[in-house]
Amino acid sequence: MRGPSVSNPAADSARGGILDREGALAKLMIAPAILYIVAMIGVPFVLAVLYSLSDATTGDPSIKLVGLRNFAAALADPVFRLSLWNTVFFTLASQCIVVLLSRLLATALLKTFRGKWLVRFLIMLPWTAPISLGTIGWLWMLDSIFSPIDWVLRYVGLLGVPGALLGGGTNLYYLGIPGLAISSIILVDVWRILPLATVIQLAGLSSIPKDLLEAAEVDGASPWRRTLMITIPLTLPITSIAFLFGVVFTFTDLVVVYVLTRGGPVHTTQVLSSWTFFKGIEGGDLAQGAAISLFMFPVLAAVAILILRMARRTEVV
Amino acid sequence: MGCVEIRALSKRFGEVRAVDHVDLATNEGEFLVLLGPSGCGKTTLLRMIAGIEEPTAGELVIDGRVVTHLPPRMRNIAMVFQSYALYPHMTVYKNIAFPLRARGVKKEAVRKKVEWAAGMFKIGRLLDRKPRELSGGERQRVALARAMVREPSVFLLDEPLSNLDALLRTSAREELRQFQRRVGVTTIYVTHDQVEAMGLGDRIVVMNQGKIRQIGTPMEIYQWPADTFVATFVGSPPMNLLDQGDTLLGFRPETFLPADAVEGSEGVVTYPFEVTYLEYLGAERLVYGNVGEKSHARHVVSRLPGSLILPMEAGKTYPFAVASRDLRRFDKKSGLRREGGPS
Repeated sequence: MRGPSVSNPAADSARGGILDREGALAKLMIAPAILYIVAMIGVPFVLAVLYSLSDATTGDPSIKLVGLRNFAAALADPVFRLSLWNTVFFTLASQCIVVLLSRLLATALLKTFRGKWLVRFLIMLPWTAPISLGTIGWLWMLDSIFSPIDWVLRYVGLLGVPGALLGGGTNLYYLGIPGLAISSIILVDVWRILPLATVIQLAGLSSIPKDLLEAAEVDGASPWRRTLMITIPLTLPITSIAFLFGVVFTFTDLVVVYVLTRGGPVHTTQVLSSWTFFKGIEGGDLAQGAAISLFMFPVLAAVAILILRMARRTEVV
Repeated sequence: MGCVEIRALSKRFGEVRAVDHVDLATNEGEFLVLLGPSGCGKTTLLRMIAGIEEPTAGELVIDGRVVTHLPPRMRNIAMVFQSYALYPHMTVYKNIAFPLRARGVKKEAVRKKVEWAAGMFKIGRLLDRKPRELSGGERQRVALARAMVREPSVFLLDEPLSNLDALLRTSAREELRQFQRRVGVTTIYVTHDQVEAMGLGDRIVVMNQGKIRQIGTPMEIYQWPADTFVATFVGSPPMNLLDQGDTLLGFRPETFLPADAVEGSEGVVTYPFEVTYLEYLGAERLVYGNVGEKSHARHVVSRLPGSLILPMEAGKTYPFAVASRDLRRFDKKSGLRREGGPS
């Protein structure tokens, strides 16, 4: 005996409905993500493009198109050009250091030793703290008068006595002298990205089959040759991903510069995002701010494409 | 050239003795098989010979030179891994050339040697491919070519056939043996597969729990097992062992036959065989059952050739016999065989 609902396959398929139709189900499940991207990224992006072509200010945000005037003005501004250069320089310098340090850390963390979990925990710590909190911590570390680093340097006699290696002054004024301020920003950028990069590198290194390295060893390769011919080529895609992620994070970062130096002294540490903020929000010139921020777009788009390509390459190997 | 001597070699992992005081020496150009169940220490022993595992104690001599603490690259050995361990980012050509380039061989000489090795294993047409584009059998050949290309004095193989399907394995076994005969390089081969061991080895080293239980030709290992472990590990089904006081009486299933089929110049031993179960396997028939008194009943197996047509059914008792020359006696306590070896 069969119940009517069982004996009617047409009704069944109608009721099985959306869950059985993979095409429709896929669209349904991806829809929230697309909505989110459109609302949170697409709309602001279009708005930014419109603002950059207008003369909008915070006082009068209505959009009256004025062509490429804002871009021309930005390019003519020496502070903008310095910000652009700084953004590229800070990003590349910090990420090169990050790649080297994270590889070293990951190699060390592959080995087993006592207290390994503690080291891992400490390395991950900067990543778990909110970036603004961590940077405020650094603000204190680099304080002009109360810097604990200066205190230690004075204690060991490298600073604050006549003829000391780092000078006779009582403080180094990390955030007040252009060279030191730039180094400080790069240092904090490195500190910020290092945990993520280390974890990515660790994943890359541990994905190399042990057999391969042993085979290379038996094949007569020295440790250097093994690193150059096996480890680096095999981890190159994932190292590049770590590098590119770091580039995106650092390139777009506002907090470190805003908290530590506000772009100073005299704009020497100004970056695109901070200059956008000062011009567009604090200065009220929305149109200029939007134009400045859009200079980040080509770089970020290129990096995104590279990341996607690299991700595919890691799949293939 | 090409002799490995192992003196009292041990390897401990924490409390576990993976390899326990092993002494072993290969002959020139010999094909030596290390056979044993998983975890018996055979792979660890091979890895110590290769130099990728540091021994806890003992000494290792290759070609008269103590190499115990030398890195692998200074031992002139080649190894084929179970996974083949081909470098996935390099072409077949670069894979094979790798050991040569590591020793700084000139480019032109490298090309000649790679072509020679590729020709030997018939993989010349694959030189431009990446390992992921190769079949299992092709990968195995590339791994062999890479190992052979620099003409090592010892050739180490760690279960190189275990990733191949059954059909390919048989032909690969034959090729491997012929190839080894041709180049005459001393070869140490690890396997847990007794058929491979019997088929390939000039001599077999049977290992268990980190110790060598017996070293001998396939014939010696099979016919004259040194102890009950070897007797039951080698052979399928394993040797029957009958409890007789402080002795265990051993005989191979194929020597345990219906009484009228057994001839023995030195006499035969007859048992009433109570059949419990029969398996027909085409070429042969396996007959399971019990012999002896009820209290001492021991389960034994008889292997009858398929050509022996004899009606037999479970639940009945038949007179079965073993020729005396096929009987082996083992000490029940130590498990060691009592009388001497083959005459």
